[in-house]
Amino acid sequence: MYNGVFAKLDWVLMTKLVRRFCASIALLAILWGGQALAGVFNPETFTLQNGLQVVVLPNHRAPVVMQMVWYKAGSADEPAGKSGLAHLLEHLMFKGTPKHPNGEFSKILAQHGGQENAFTTFDYTGYHQTVASDRLEMVMELEADRMTNLVLSPEDVSTERAVVLEERNQRIDNKPGARLREQANQKLYPHNHPYARPIIGWRDELAALTREDALAFYKDHYAPDNAILVIAGDVEVADVKRLAEKYYGPIPARGVAARAVLVNDAPITGGETVLRDARVRQASWSQSIIQPSLSNGTPKRVAALEVLSEILGGGGTSRLYRSLVIKQALAVSAGTYYDQSARGDGRFAFYASPRPGVSLDQLAQAVRVETRRLMDEGLKPTELARIKKRMLADAIFSRDAMKTGAWTIGGALAAGHTIEDVEAWPERIQAVTEQDVHNALKAVLDEPRRITTKLLQNGNGDGQGEGA
Amino acid sequence: MKKLLLIAIVVFAPLQAWAVDVERVVSPGGIEAWLVQDHSNPVVSMRLAFEGGSELDPSGKSGLSNLAASTMDEGAGDLDSQTFQQILADQSITLRFEAGLDRFSGQVKTLTENLDQSFDLLRLALTQPRFDEEPVARLKSQIIAGIRADSEDPGKLAYDALFAAFFPAHGYGRDSNGTAESVKALGPDDLRGFVKTHLARANLIVGVVGDVSPERLGLLLDKAFGALPDKPSVERGGDIAPQATGSLQVIERNIPQSTIVFGHGGLKRDDPDYYAALVMNHILGGGSFTSRLYDEVREKRGLAYSVGSSFYPLDHAGLVVGSAATENARVSETIDVIRAEWARMAAGDVSTAELKDAKTYISGAFPLTFTSTGAIARVLVAMQLNKLGIDYLDKRKDYIGAVSLADVKRVAAKYLHPDLLDIVVVGKPAGVVPHS
Repeated sequence: MYNGVFAKLDWVLMTKLVRRFCASIALLAILWGGQALAGVFNPETFTLQNGLQVVVLPNHRAPVVMQMVWYKAGSADEPAGKSGLAHLLEHLMFKGTPKHPNGEFSKILAQHGGQENAFTTFDYTGYHQTVASDRLEMVMELEADRMTNLVLSPEDVSTERAVVLEERNQRIDNKPGARLREQANQKLYPHNHPYARPIIGWRDELAALTREDALAFYKDHYAPDNAILVIAGDVEVADVKRLAEKYYGPIPARGVAARAVLVNDAPITGGETVLRDARVRQASWSQSIIQPSLSNGTPKRVAALEVLSEILGGGGTSRLYRSLVIKQALAVSAGTYYDQSARGDGRFAFYASPRPGVSLDQLAQAVRVETRRLMDEGLKPTELARIKKRMLADAIFSRDAMKTGAWTIGGALAAGHTIEDVEAWPERIQAVTEQDVHNALKAVLDEPRRITTKLLQNGNGDGQGEGA
Repeated sequence: MKKLLLIAIVVFAPLQAWAVDVERVVSPGGIEAWLVQDHSNPVVSMRLAFEGGSELDPSGKSGLSNLAASTMDEGAGDLDSQTFQQILADQSITLRFEAGLDRFSGQVKTLTENLDQSFDLLRLALTQPRFDEEPVARLKSQIIAGIRADSEDPGKLAYDALFAAFFPAHGYGRDSNGTAESVKALGPDDLRGFVKTHLARANLIVGVVGDVSPERLGLLLDKAFGALPDKPSVERGGDIAPQATGSLQVIERNIPQSTIVFGHGGLKRDDPDYYAALVMNHILGGGSFTSRLYDEVREKRGLAYSVGSSFYPLDHAGLVVGSAATENARVSETIDVIRAEWARMAAGDVSTAELKDAKTYISGAFPLTFTSTGAIARVLVAMQLNKLGIDYLDKRKDYIGAVSLADVKRVAAKYLHPDLLDIVVVGKPAGVVPHS
């Protein structure tokens, strides 16, 4: 197998290290694809009086502990005209407090050999540190301090805004594929829907963000009753409880209002988005279709979509790969993905990239034929059982890395799902029937809210002659 | 009871801070592996490496080892490509290979219940790969598509140019993936030749972590690797000095942001100065959010989102390289800041406090990665490749602790040369004049 990546997603932004970006995408991609029967991670949870929900995932393989704080505020929560604000604030959270001024947070952490990062998505913002387990108290003190005591100077904001503009250049403006995805999102979601604007922000809006904007967003959203604390690794629940009470307990609740439901019922533009750029050397095609997420779909439907995605496009033995890449030799890659973790709508997507001389329309047609075949002929006798067995084994592998449980449960809670949603994943997958898969596929095919993207080299027609 | 012929020479290296014991296991057939047992989850991870990587690809056949890595798991023995891949998928077995500049590596990750089958499949892939026409053609098309897709990536363009300048006539100067042309020309005979000449017991290194006993592992090692030839028949060359001359190359692209990469010669992993250099570079550009480059380029001036430097020890050459990305108008300012920091460090301007912080970070951060079976197995392989000793996890702290301020100043003067930095800029930088 070749591990090249053709389907790149960019709905997460991380403050600090670009390379970590890919790792977190992989984690999010398995967000619901990595769990076991009879519970998956078996976490402990409790809530402080100020509303902070705490989740503990003991794992004693190594004397290492990870702290994550998730705020239920992402780019979708920004006021109109202030795109990029959630992410800019994420960067600014490293600037300082009266007790730990001048970027001391990162310096102290580094002095203790700790590692850290932060990230922003449509739905939430998160901060995490990994340290030797005897340093847990130190990082809890630091993170609790910046939950409520952030101080920003005008220079902090102007310098960091310049950094983020460079980040935008690096991630989006320098990359034709990323620019195409940004454009496509505007058509997949109705005008003014928060998922239609980029997490990193539109350049002009980002350039106009101020210190006051950042502090207002901080005040509105950063509070214990709008956050989740996850501690994973070499810890005991009782110790976490004591430390959480000590450091996070005194922070008053702000009475943050429950988030409004994200609805998506306005008519959408849909259709096709094409981007041609001289720097594109390998064409690609995708189609994204609005589908329910765990927030607004039944658990049965969501589980069926997950299984459907595995059958159609999950890796080198999937139907699309076998047909388009192996048998017909039309594509170098072909597959599907399904993102069910969003707070608003989820999406199901097909993607493919052509071999030389194959047009994107030929690819799209081949995907249609293969999808139609599944619709008309149904599953092969052992197909469903094999896929389910493989998905359930993922639950065991998901317990291998200390961090997987923290990412999975934190992300679920921050998007408004529950621990039970995570822990019951194996049962939901186990219960999926052939009829469920058929129904899910029919709904995907019937859904009108969809957008096709084509990434093409300038002047090369519809992918014809690519690489000739 | 089954008689075990296992000669298990087990050396325990207890890590007091770590619930991790590294054991040296030698199979009945004489194959060695380092093992960390962990029975908390029914999973086993193995990493393996054969010394000698894409640097050995004959010129004109660059990309050979990468194509071998991509096709060895696409059918072996009686199992054709789709059957082989279907078994891996059905049994949730990860089995894959990868080619780097210096080594050809592989990984296996499996549920304990499929251990025997996993190692059988590994043996087949290593000793009887089929290289059938369809999968070879398919993987070639995928690799070529990948090369094309990356060919306009600014970072990729920049690093390729930098390495080509360092090593104009050596395998290190060519990308492991090869070029579209070289990959196109490769065929099944090249791949069969590669397997026969490169993969042997004498250049094999193995690390295993997870739910397996030393006795059982011994039998599995013989199963997987017993049929390999004793020695590889390709020979690795000697050391090569990177040619850094202080040149500045501009690769013009019409993009808003320029990518800047820079570097010159450094030191190899077995150099006695290695730890001092590691500490020195942490202060200069290695510390992700605390280094001088990060501070000067990003925190103070907001010039870039990412900036940093690192020592890059290869088996036959040492390098120190770094990168930054900034808007076209501010490229020359950014280069000036980087050069100035290089010069300031080389002149010995470094404090005891910086040294202390760097040392605690480097000592403390290393064990934090020990949080999955695969991650630990990777460290076990690196320890053996670099001949660090089975007690390295214990000793590492002392090696770092022994670095003095005088050491840091000495290695800075010895290994940092602002006037020798080769620089490559990809973008449309304003006011930057290329020179050789």
